[in-house]
Amino acid sequence: MVWRILIGVIVVIAVAFGTFYAWAWRGEIPPLQAHDASSFDPSIVARGAQLAAVASCDVCHTKAGGKPYAGGYPVKTPFGTIYGPNVTPDRETGIGTWSAVAFRRAMREGVTRKGQHLYPAFPYDHFTYATDSDINAIYAFIMTREPVRQANRPPDIVFPLNIRLFAAGWKLLFLHRGPYRNEADKDDSWARGAYLTVSLGHCGACHTPRNKFGVEEQNRAFDGGEGEGWRAPPLNENSRAPVPWTADAMFNYLRHGYDTVHGHTAGPMANVAHNLSKASEKDVRAIATYVTSLSGARAGAANPESIKTAVTAASKLTAPAYGGTPAHQTTGSAAGKDSLGAKIFTGACVTCHHSGGGLPVSRPIDLGLSTVINEDDPTNLLHIILTGIHPLPGRAGRIMPGFEGALTDAQVVALADYLRTRFSHRPHWNTVAGALAKIRHQRQTAATEAPQ
Amino acid sequence: MNAPDLRLSRRLVLATGGALVVSFALFPNAFAQDAGAKPPGDLAKFPMLDSWIAIDAHGAITVFTGKAELGQGIKTALIQCAAEELDVDPSAITLVTADTERTPNEKYTAGSHSMQDSGTAILNAAAQVRAILIDLAAKRLNIPVEQLHAKGGSIVADDGRSVAYKDLISGRELHRTAQAKPSLKNPKDYRVVGKKFSRVDIPGKLTGKPSYVQDLRPERMLHARVVRPPSYGAKLTDIDIAAVERLPGVVKVVRDGSFLAVATQEEFQAISAMNALADAAKWDETAQLPKQADIYAYLRKLPSQDTTILERGNAGESGARSIRATYHRPYQMHGSIGPSCAVAKYEANKLTVWTHSQGVYPLRDSLAKMLKMPTKQIHCIHVEGSGCYGHNAADDVAADAALIARAVPGRPVRVQWMREQEHGWEPFGPAMLSDIYGAVDAGGKIVAWQYDVWSNTHSMRPGGPGNLLAGQYVAQPFTPDAPKPIPMPEGGGDRNAIPIYSAPNIRVISHFIPQMPLRVSALRGLGAYHNVFAVESFMDELATAAKADPVQFRLRHLDDPRARDVINKAAEEFGWGLKEKLARGHGHGFAFARYKNLAAYCAIALELTVEHETGVIQLGRVVAAVDSGQAVNPDGIRNQIEGAIVQSASWTMLEHVTFNARDITSRDWSSYPILRFPALPVSVDVHVIDRPGQPFLGTGEAGQGPMAAAIANGVAHATGVRIRALPLSPANVKAAIGI
Amino acid sequence: MTVLTVNGKEHSINGDPNTPLLYVLRNDLKLNGAKFGCGLGQCGACTVLVDHQPVYSCLLPISVLEGRQITTLEGLGKNGEPSPLQRAFIEEQAAQCGYCIPGMIMRAQGLLNRKAAPSDAEIRAYMQPNLCRCGTHMRILRAIRRAVKDMRTARAEPVR
Repeated sequence: MVWRILIGVIVVIAVAFGTFYAWAWRGEIPPLQAHDASSFDPSIVARGAQLAAVASCDVCHTKAGGKPYAGGYPVKTPFGTIYGPNVTPDRETGIGTWSAVAFRRAMREGVTRKGQHLYPAFPYDHFTYATDSDINAIYAFIMTREPVRQANRPPDIVFPLNIRLFAAGWKLLFLHRGPYRNEADKDDSWARGAYLTVSLGHCGACHTPRNKFGVEEQNRAFDGGEGEGWRAPPLNENSRAPVPWTADAMFNYLRHGYDTVHGHTAGPMANVAHNLSKASEKDVRAIATYVTSLSGARAGAANPESIKTAVTAASKLTAPAYGGTPAHQTTGSAAGKDSLGAKIFTGACVTCHHSGGGLPVSRPIDLGLSTVINEDDPTNLLHIILTGIHPLPGRAGRIMPGFEGALTDAQVVALADYLRTRFSHRPHWNTVAGALAKIRHQRQTAATEAPQ
Repeated sequence: MNAPDLRLSRRLVLATGGALVVSFALFPNAFAQDAGAKPPGDLAKFPMLDSWIAIDAHGAITVFTGKAELGQGIKTALIQCAAEELDVDPSAITLVTADTERTPNEKYTAGSHSMQDSGTAILNAAAQVRAILIDLAAKRLNIPVEQLHAKGGSIVADDGRSVAYKDLISGRELHRTAQAKPSLKNPKDYRVVGKKFSRVDIPGKLTGKPSYVQDLRPERMLHARVVRPPSYGAKLTDIDIAAVERLPGVVKVVRDGSFLAVATQEEFQAISAMNALADAAKWDETAQLPKQADIYAYLRKLPSQDTTILERGNAGESGARSIRATYHRPYQMHGSIGPSCAVAKYEANKLTVWTHSQGVYPLRDSLAKMLKMPTKQIHCIHVEGSGCYGHNAADDVAADAALIARAVPGRPVRVQWMREQEHGWEPFGPAMLSDIYGAVDAGGKIVAWQYDVWSNTHSMRPGGPGNLLAGQYVAQPFTPDAPKPIPMPEGGGDRNAIPIYSAPNIRVISHFIPQMPLRVSALRGLGAYHNVFAVESFMDELATAAKADPVQFRLRHLDDPRARDVINKAAEEFGWGLKEKLARGHGHGFAFARYKNLAAYCAIALELTVEHETGVIQLGRVVAAVDSGQAVNPDGIRNQIEGAIVQSASWTMLEHVTFNARDITSRDWSSYPILRFPALPVSVDVHVIDRPGQPFLGTGEAGQGPMAAAIANGVAHATGVRIRALPLSPANVKAAIGI
Repeated sequence: MTVLTVNGKEHSINGDPNTPLLYVLRNDLKLNGAKFGCGLGQCGACTVLVDHQPVYSCLLPISVLEGRQITTLEGLGKNGEPSPLQRAFIEEQAAQCGYCIPGMIMRAQGLLNRKAAPSDAEIRAYMQPNLCRCGTHMRILRAIRRAVKDMRTARAEPVR
């Protein structure tokens, strides 16, 4: 009896595994014998360049200081680090032998040309929704890049997740296949934006929270998530932006990395904005239209008058130009004028973050307008205090110096508490010290990295 | 011979140890000059030997120069010149630099002229002082001069006897007029000139000794800041200063028309008070700047004064192949790392200004007019500032300091510009454009060359008081001087507009545009930066048309053997032409120029890569060869050329001033990025070709133009795309090379 | 009153505790090393070490610096002798106008405090925040490399 049960169980497992394996098995797609970069229609290559910018392909497929698309960028996941592979058309180390069919399969199903399953750090759960013509355009763009010979670095993933079949299991359970069934081709900005946001833009990859399997929680879409140690703020009605987003403001932010009442992109979002500056303007407007609509009633209420009211209210919180501490503050609290935070702010921050008419000329937005100070989590504010804001090398762009090294942990905490109390009406943060310790730990791993 | 001169000599004044230092020795009496030949360098203008060199009763040797240390190492090189011909240890020499009460009026320290003007003067003056000392010793020891030589501060006889210089000088022996052709040492015998010799100013600067005007802290000094208007020409219509006067530490708020400033006890108080004043001030703004995107078309349409500076044959001649091209260079800034600063003190109707101006005498004259004071009541003393690379805000801040000091008599006032003020208000290097037509014949020789260049002036130095920023804003404002072109052969906007290469048919026209939409003046190299960029880029274009190697093509059109040597040296050290085929995105670039066609020769060869996806240029090896004539301090020359290469790389690859309809918008390093460490070349090697005995050739600006063109040529080689508008920024390069 | 520890010595500073360190170093303590460059944390001319790490002294109020070790250019050497890094800069003649160099030396010292033998790429990356306008960069790099070598041979203690 026991035998029978055991055999039965084994058979069931074997059958299940066999079925799964059969399901999971992907054959090799024959290699391209050769490809001719000049065979691609230049207008399709150009379109592909713009779509690759929407997808920010270069971010994960280029390591710091490395050649574009040649891979090596470490994508840190809770399960280990995956290194973005070389996607230049090099035949040995890149994807020079991939046909359009293989490329589409990779984008849709997360499988290499040879049939190996890819980890979902590659957001095929989003790319799967992309249309054939868009994927083909990206393929044309990629295959016309400079081939770079650079071997891929294997992932540092914990056992047993390092068995690739786990990725297939993940897909079985969680991957919803595209393509996108909405009116992607409809000449409607919102619909186009919805399509791009969900597919190539893969905005949810950071802005939607993930469960313990690393799966986006679709019932909480765009409710805020995480990317590279930064908080990706909610894009839905839970947005903490002091001033409601409008499609125009969102367009400025996405396209130029800056909006006058929302400020600058920072952290991973700075790369996204840099990429979107190269995308089609129409597509960026479409994304802005759709993303803005996510905040529902708040977006609906955004009109010039309500924006003005919100801006005025937020600006009132902002610091005076000179001569010490904010007048309205009571003593004793975290924002009291004798508090440590107030002292740091007055000595270190007011030089730039004041509201007067003097210097500097290129001033940041009023801190009362700042989303990071109004978010539920202090992580982004702490990142910015520690490492500042920096443009791409050699490019014009706002610089804020980081205060890592200059301020002690206690001082950073005091400053963050002060900023929260002083420039936001939202409740006190209880998590500053913990969040700071986490960031400090992350940063210590890169000991000789350039201080910012 | 000299007529008897009863005036007081400096040497006497110094010897008596008095504080009163008189500059009478600077002026030769009417009979002093021999007719005919003039002495070399600025010795011609100030022929009295004791204007340049004094030896006191203790043997202390003081050398005077009207030039100023700007970080180019001039102090060291001048000391070397003096020590060489005086046969003393360089450490025995005290050098006094630009000071309106002590040194010759050598006008500006600019145009790579210092070694030519002052170095030559000091070398020759020192040689004559040595001859005088030998004469005196001959009389003292009763030995023929042939048996005497100078050594270590003494005149030594062949028989072993010696007399120290101090014992030979009792009075006014050096108050003599310079000879036209003094007998200089044979360069073979040089012990100091041309040898390795460390900069005299570096140890102090690197250990925190007071070295800059910023470091001056006279007793009872006040700190001051100026509130500049929000835009060019804005008028201060209203301000309530009472609240600011009550701020901590405020000693004085100074308002004179639209000039607004505050002096305080502590420096940070001055900054706070400046911000408060800016808040309180109401301005009437009227500035209307042209559209930045259309600036070149705008400049081209402005009225211009056109001068044909060279014409030979028919410049429109056609050849086997011909090319037309237009080159552009944007407004660029000096961008000193330390914003301009000055200290001034007004006391007993006398004004003393410590300044890093490039011309203390012209500044003094301008201040006198602005303040309506007699010139002799103003004393301008050069103290080093942060490197300026031309006419930056040094004179402006000196004028600010003078106005504020006059309002707080008896107290020294230190005025420090803020970063945004320096970026926004300094006079920029002007935007320029040029059209070129060129043709080559079937044999690959240039047959025709036409060059038209459009430019504003490259010098709005003081000058009249209207050239000082404050002078334009005081209650009774002064208008800036009418801009003038700098004439050939040196030229301003047309500096290096005439190609050094031979062409049978040629015409070069300089279009001088008097109207200045943005405030401009001299930036290192003046028009040569643009013209060399254009001419040397175009030489590569013609070489391509002639299917010739760029280096060979240049040599084919050059006769000057020194030019050829420099080109060959750079090519050889680089290994030019040895590498047959380069990988995609890799390029080699070459360029050459003789600065002003009369100063130093400089050739640059370099390798670079252009990242196709981003348009980012990464420089690899850079190799330069330079001929500055007799090299006084070879490492100083290398330092200057290295600096020019890196600075020009920054200008060329990154920099342009930005502006909107009203105001300058590149107001700090975030809006005006310059080169940072990660973007540096892999290496920079400078090879100095020494020419012993040859005249000194100015070096400081020789590298700017060639570096710009070498980069542009390298980019063209790497990408196959010729970019003719600066900067070669990632965005511009990417736009040019496409997807 | 604020008590600052600068180059190992305690100083009592009267005056506004909000004052950035730079002005106190230059005016109250008459130390010339740290320079005003931008006041915005963009150029590094004002760099000093606080607890061995490079910071912008133009943006750090003295009120937050009590009890912390501040080192300026003047505090690098010993007994009036320049430090190994200063010596290397002098030997390489790594200055033109020299205005930015004290900040360069301080940042480089911050790097050597952290890593005794950095690679060339690490040096370039680490020096990124500091600007030089004369174009002395190549000499600055040579000087840092020379100091690394000298200090290794001399087994010199990194100066803190």
